[in-house]
Amino acid sequence: MAEFNYKLDDDGIATITWDVPGKSMNVLSFDALKELDAHVDTALGDDSVKGVIITSGKKDFAGGMDLNALAKLREDAGDNPAKGIFDGIMQMHGVLRKIELAGMDRKTKKGGKPIVAALPGTAAGIGFELPLACHHIIVADNPKAKIGLPEILVGLFPGGGGATRVSRKIGLMAAAPILMEGRMQTPAKMKAMGLIDEVVAADQLISAAKDWINGAKDADLVKPWDEKKYRYPGGAPYTASGLPMFVGASVMIHGKTQGVYPAAKALLGAIYEGALVPFDTALKVEARWFTKVMMTPSTTGMIRSLFLNKQALEKGAVRPKDIPDQTVKKVGILGAGMMGAGIAYVSALAGIEVVLIDASQEAADRGKAHSATILDGGIKRKKVTEEKKAAVLARITASSDYATLTGCDLIVEAVFEDPEIKAAVTKQTEAVIPEDCIFASNTSTLPISSLATASKRPEQFIGIHFFSPVHKMNLVEIIKGAQTGPRAVAKAMDYVRQIRKTPIVVNDARFFYANRCIIPYINEGMRMIHEGIEPALIENAAKLFGMPLGPLQLTDETSIDLGVKIAKATKAAMGNEYQNDEADEIAFKLFDQGRYGRKTNGGFYTYNEAGKRTGLWQGLRDNWPPMAEQPPLEDVKSRLMLAQSLEAVRALEEGVLEDIREGDVGAILGWGFAPWSGGPFSSLDLMGAANAVATCDRLAETYGERFAAPALLREMAEKGQSFYGRFGPDAKEAA
Amino acid sequence: MTDAYIYDSVRSPRGKGKTDGTLNEVSAVRLSALALNELKERNNLDGHAVEDVIWGNVTQVGEQGACLARSAVLYSDLDESIPGVSVNRFCSSALEAVNMAAGQVRGGMGDGYIAGGVESMSRVPMGSDGGAIATDPTLAMKTYFVPQGISADIIATKYGFSRDECDALAVESQKRAARAQSEGRFDRSVFVVRDQNGLTILDRDELIRENTTMQTLGALRPSFKDMGEVMPGFDTVALMKYPEMEAVNHVHHAGNSSGLADGAAAILVGNKEFGERYGLKPRAKFRHMSKIGTDPTIMLTGPVTVTEKILKETGMSFSDIDLMEVNEAFASVVLRFMTHFDADPDKVNVNGGAIAMGHPLGATGAVILGTLLDEMERADKEVGLTTLCIGSGMGVATIIERV
Repeated sequence: MAEFNYKLDDDGIATITWDVPGKSMNVLSFDALKELDAHVDTALGDDSVKGVIITSGKKDFAGGMDLNALAKLREDAGDNPAKGIFDGIMQMHGVLRKIELAGMDRKTKKGGKPIVAALPGTAAGIGFELPLACHHIIVADNPKAKIGLPEILVGLFPGGGGATRVSRKIGLMAAAPILMEGRMQTPAKMKAMGLIDEVVAADQLISAAKDWINGAKDADLVKPWDEKKYRYPGGAPYTASGLPMFVGASVMIHGKTQGVYPAAKALLGAIYEGALVPFDTALKVEARWFTKVMMTPSTTGMIRSLFLNKQALEKGAVRPKDIPDQTVKKVGILGAGMMGAGIAYVSALAGIEVVLIDASQEAADRGKAHSATILDGGIKRKKVTEEKKAAVLARITASSDYATLTGCDLIVEAVFEDPEIKAAVTKQTEAVIPEDCIFASNTSTLPISSLATASKRPEQFIGIHFFSPVHKMNLVEIIKGAQTGPRAVAKAMDYVRQIRKTPIVVNDARFFYANRCIIPYINEGMRMIHEGIEPALIENAAKLFGMPLGPLQLTDETSIDLGVKIAKATKAAMGNEYQNDEADEIAFKLFDQGRYGRKTNGGFYTYNEAGKRTGLWQGLRDNWPPMAEQPPLEDVKSRLMLAQSLEAVRALEEGVLEDIREGDVGAILGWGFAPWSGGPFSSLDLMGAANAVATCDRLAETYGERFAAPALLREMAEKGQSFYGRFGPDAKEAA
Repeated sequence: MTDAYIYDSVRSPRGKGKTDGTLNEVSAVRLSALALNELKERNNLDGHAVEDVIWGNVTQVGEQGACLARSAVLYSDLDESIPGVSVNRFCSSALEAVNMAAGQVRGGMGDGYIAGGVESMSRVPMGSDGGAIATDPTLAMKTYFVPQGISADIIATKYGFSRDECDALAVESQKRAARAQSEGRFDRSVFVVRDQNGLTILDRDELIRENTTMQTLGALRPSFKDMGEVMPGFDTVALMKYPEMEAVNHVHHAGNSSGLADGAAAILVGNKEFGERYGLKPRAKFRHMSKIGTDPTIMLTGPVTVTEKILKETGMSFSDIDLMEVNEAFASVVLRFMTHFDADPDKVNVNGGAIAMGHPLGATGAVILGTLLDEMERADKEVGLTTLCIGSGMGVATIIERV
């Protein structure tokens, strides 16, 4: 079935309409590219055609490239995958360049046919790179439309000419937020940046396009870079104005990405090298760098986790199949503290009616005020209107009266982490809510199965674990207790989808998944201080592995008093099996001195009066003097990485995790595990099981049994398996 | 192997390398030709006396472009049969030129050479030749490129040199330079830069600030703090390379770093027959020359590495060296050298250095080799070493001994 449709009107204007059958959003495949190419040939070859409109049959223009099509390029090329990718990309450049030159004489720049992109809504990735090759871009004044090139966010860069055209059009500095941060913008912003030409009312999109075609002159079709007098905006690399920008860009990108994102380096390489050669050569250079990124193993993991699997999980890949839609209409939130208030906000924002309960009306009102504060911030940044604020707040009923919970179909309990208090509110709530209401606890430390004993309906009892701050953290951990039924799981997942977050579903075990992996990371950092590793080396090594925060800074952000309380509770629970004395010594020492972290304006770091970090606390080096001979960076990195990823493997072994996709996506979204690597399982696949086991053996001998390779990993090393080979969705289907 | 000797050394005074510097009015090619002519006249050489002019020069664009060495020969009183070649090994270019000349003499490629170099930093600004090392993202990221000033600050941080220690070295450099100048210790090498009418333009190094004290230096702002910490943030890149550091301590400023300067220097190198032909007495013999590449990020630790290399290659020990010139590109570079070898301060840069007198990039190597030779003769020392730190992470060293 055709994906691009061609129609020639009596006025001599041909319209190519992109409309991929059976999909709500257009994505580009290489077969469709051939269709587009053929239509362009038809239009250019037909003397009765005086101009062409490229538009969409959907409410948006296009979402981007079909990433599976890119993967297929590589697979189809057999033993020379780089050539397959490069040739495929060059083929794409060929079609776009044909549109751009539109049949004009290359010397006189005359005789081309005007080609206009008319975008009804969002245009992303190749969906914007195609318009960039057209002579004029008109976007409908659609409030939901976002235009941009987000490739960098999934480990790629705009390799369909986007890197070259955007940087040549507006210069390196102006292009940075579009290309290097992947920021999608409103049509108005894109017009102000000079990347689109017109914003018109939606119903005038096509007539505006026709008007432009009818008025277009030869000179209007010539891109700046095809003119002799072209100068690189802001200055090419070896000009007085350009040099400091290019030098600075490398420094900023390198520092920001800590050198672990190959796409960022390749993007900048493509822009720089491209800026020094004619346009067609620049496209070829861009294609070579794009191919290099596609050929880098970590790219596969990053795309898989941040794009394919994240999307799959959001679409309910692990949702119980035969349970009907469980969309939440009214949610009751117990406890209006920081977490409860945050959950109330995200729920109300998603259009769900909210009852926010606390012991007193004042406390409940304070919780509701949290939403007002966030919305006011949005108003200040012009992202939110007063009307929207009023509508969101109107959905939240703050109360101390449990009777207001009548009619709720979901309860989220977020009271103190005390089993007795939780049991009491569970009983109090179940007395008033409908029989079929699902009850969820937002506990982060208490086992769901034991909390469920307070419930009359344990099959309707589940854990929904949010991360703080709720409105910023996109992961939600759904925890199945021993008796939790499938409808509760479906309910929790449908709710998470409603609030536009990403769910992972895990089984009940101490600290569930995320916290169980974070704790060893933090502890490893503290053990290293105890050993006499330079605190700065610990923090920098974590960042060089791609962690957003070093273990010491992370502890400061989450506060050490919580950690110490958890450690004490764990110690009490585990008795003699408990082995954490070195980390405890550090934590307890800071705790005893009142250095809880950021909230006491002192922890592993020192802070100034404004609460800004000023440096690592000198007391660390005084109490635990650094060794004269510091360990190699790679050792420190390996320890910090394996502390997390081995715990993830153990969670899989123990059945806490049921799907490695959830383990990877959850780690990246939950605590920022090295996104470049694709997550703990992907990163172990990158290392290779055999290599990982060898590293474990070495580290276990030097640093202790906590690095001993889990049996599963050892078995995989022996069998030459990878996690995605053995546990990936394809393997699951085959089994 | 044929021995190579130094027969003479000349240099211009160093002018302030900015537009208000006295040598700003003198073109780089003319300054070069003046040095060549001085050497020719002082030693009564024929116009065709030497095999080649090997000429150090860093920023080879504009008037310093298009093989400045050849232009300088044609501008000078030398014959057109002498070809001329420009060489660029950044700050060591002129010493490299001398070493190449000595190596070619030793290898039998001709009897005599003029080697040295020039830099007119006031006329051809440093960095105006661009270059991939900082600009090509692939290379800049691979090498963790940071500018030299940041590298010097990294050395200070890594080896624990405080601002006060760096400033003290600068004060000492000024004091020594002022004394050397007032005692006429540079007079043998320095020639007067005259205009085309014979009128004097500059006859002495003009950058020395004799009244420099810890207090005057204390008032100066660190030069590389902003580019390190704010825009574009080189410190972040530095910490990626040296993750054991928490932050870079920015200790260097205009007063404890080498000054921008204009200047030229030329050294007459030849074998025994060359001296006999022109009735010249050799002043020193080349013992050995060496070079090496080092970590490009910290960049300026080459003097230590190359000195270790040259000592090993010659079978000498550090104590065999009587006198040393270690280019004062930045205070931390010299402090690193001195602490590493536990060097006697009375043997290193005894007549001050580039912090006091300036660092005309393409000429300095020959300038300080001449200064070393003059001082060896004045103080009656036998063995001397010259070494410089170099951009992109290199080191060059030369050991000479009196004949």
